[in-house]
Amino acid sequence: MKKLFKIFQSGLFFVAAFIPAMASTSAYAALEIEISGGSAQQIPIAIVPFGQAAGSSQEKIGDIIAADLRRSGLFRVLETGGVASRPTEVSQVKYAEWAVLQAQALTVGNVTVLPGNRLKVTFGLADVLKQNQLVSMEYNIAPSQLRLTAHKIADVIYQKLTGEGPIFASRIAYINKSKNRFALQVADADGMNAQTVVSSSEPIISPAWSPDGSRIAYVSFEKKKPIIFVQSLTTGQRLTLANFKGNNSAPAWSPDGTKLAIVLSHSANSQLYTINADGTGLKQVTKSNAIDTEPTWSPDAKWIYFTSDRGGNPQIYKVSAFGGEAQRVTFQGDHNLSPHFSPDGKSLAMVRKDGAKYSIALQDMANGQVRLLSEGGQDESPSFAPNGRVILYATRVGGRGALAAVSSDGRVKQRLSESGGDIREPSWGPLLN
Amino acid sequence: MNKSILNKKLLGSLLLAMALSACKSTPMVDKPASVEDKSPKTEATAPAASTTDTGADTAGVKDASLSGNPLTDPNNILSKRSIYFDFDKDTVREEFRPLVEAHAKYLAEHSNAKVNLQGNADERGTREYNLSLGQRRSVAVKKSLNLLSVQDKQIEAVSYGEEKATPNCKDEACHQLNRRVDIVYEGE
Repeated sequence: MKKLFKIFQSGLFFVAAFIPAMASTSAYAALEIEISGGSAQQIPIAIVPFGQAAGSSQEKIGDIIAADLRRSGLFRVLETGGVASRPTEVSQVKYAEWAVLQAQALTVGNVTVLPGNRLKVTFGLADVLKQNQLVSMEYNIAPSQLRLTAHKIADVIYQKLTGEGPIFASRIAYINKSKNRFALQVADADGMNAQTVVSSSEPIISPAWSPDGSRIAYVSFEKKKPIIFVQSLTTGQRLTLANFKGNNSAPAWSPDGTKLAIVLSHSANSQLYTINADGTGLKQVTKSNAIDTEPTWSPDAKWIYFTSDRGGNPQIYKVSAFGGEAQRVTFQGDHNLSPHFSPDGKSLAMVRKDGAKYSIALQDMANGQVRLLSEGGQDESPSFAPNGRVILYATRVGGRGALAAVSSDGRVKQRLSESGGDIREPSWGPLLN
Repeated sequence: MNKSILNKKLLGSLLLAMALSACKSTPMVDKPASVEDKSPKTEATAPAASTTDTGADTAGVKDASLSGNPLTDPNNILSKRSIYFDFDKDTVREEFRPLVEAHAKYLAEHSNAKVNLQGNADERGTREYNLSLGQRRSVAVKKSLNLLSVQDKQIEAVSYGEEKATPNCKDEACHQLNRRVDIVYEGE
């Protein structure tokens, strides 16, 4: 009963949220985002259009903030057209006007042009009920940083009003396959500014962000076999991290970014290794006759969790990062694969197979309880947002790859797709500075 | 080193040209384009890729100048390159024994020839796990070749996982075709 109600609820929200989300992103987006579901108690917020000096930007900063907040499912962004005044500082706000909209919170801001082709962005957040300012910020930025600044402001609002950590000023990586070409792309977390990092006529899989977001490790088949590369996002230069005989795959960065766990087959079955980020210091971690793959580090760097079929079917195990005996971690479901930790280490996202369906599941590390977060089909490749609130994963829609995201409580769902594109292998990167 | 590779390449293309012109003059049913078949694919690899060792396979070309390349002659069992597997299995089925034996014999007779055994899996499950599943199959074929006295240095067992699988399979017959190992000779 409970489950049915949830699905019904998310269907309702889907219709309501779909159109505004499309409208606000379609002008620039490579990726389009659909939202469904929402928190039971959404915070009603009025985002007063920012004062924007002529020539400061074509983009409306308030719209970017509104889209971020709306996408989280935790906010109800109010229509402000009915209110005549357009304050740009909290001191100018006449609270009674906004109380009529039943706004709980209100944001105002201003963009002015500074000498030397710089912009000054000011912003204030007010509590409409208490009639006071909660926070104010000022940013001195290059015009190219306007979108990033909008995401940072959205993060300030989100943190202040929900108590959760920041999420919007971050990027995602994924593989976009079109016309038999594979492109590793990086986009802002709202699907905008998609840029190709590397492309090939042969498959690319398993992109993995370095913890500081400066590099991406990935597996490319461009030499007719899987080889691991590490590429700098700032310079575009890349290093062949592992090109041993057999397969080289499944790179996973250690929490401090100095090492990666990788999978090598040499002339036999897949086994776990660690290697320094410069390609030196290879060490074997598992020695089994089974498949050992899909490594991921625990946030305290002590353990490597991985998928193994040593017990017959693929399940998740853990082993000390220095090797030793492995212990089984998952016990429910036919198969469990692709472990990924929440940033706080309290839960483990994975792909679970029940019957013919693969879905995203979340295991509580304290009590072992497992919750299914997606309805299932061919869902795979889960990764957490920087604040652990949202899990991004790959799904299929109409036979094509698309990305989906679900809040860790299962309430809010998003789908990111590109018309005509086939998108897979998502990975959510760290926060941008 | 570079010089010899260059010479090999020159010699290779020369022989290839001869072989092709020979084909032209003799109106045989034999498909003359089969040698070229895979080259556009090779050329289309990533721009970032550095020079891959796509030097011509001299052994193969030599044969081609005589009686057509046995590796690509559709009447020769060596042109059969795919070994199929049962669901969740990595045992080489009896029906593929003649194929494996033929390639083992060819490799034994051409000590410079090298094969890439490319394992594949169907699209069900995660990409990395399927990469490992495909590997298990390529290793099974490698072991069969080893038992027939093929040296390790002539074989590399790798996997494409589900990356080359036919997408959106509706039935088992479709999945079955994705559970296979492809034998690819160096330079092809």
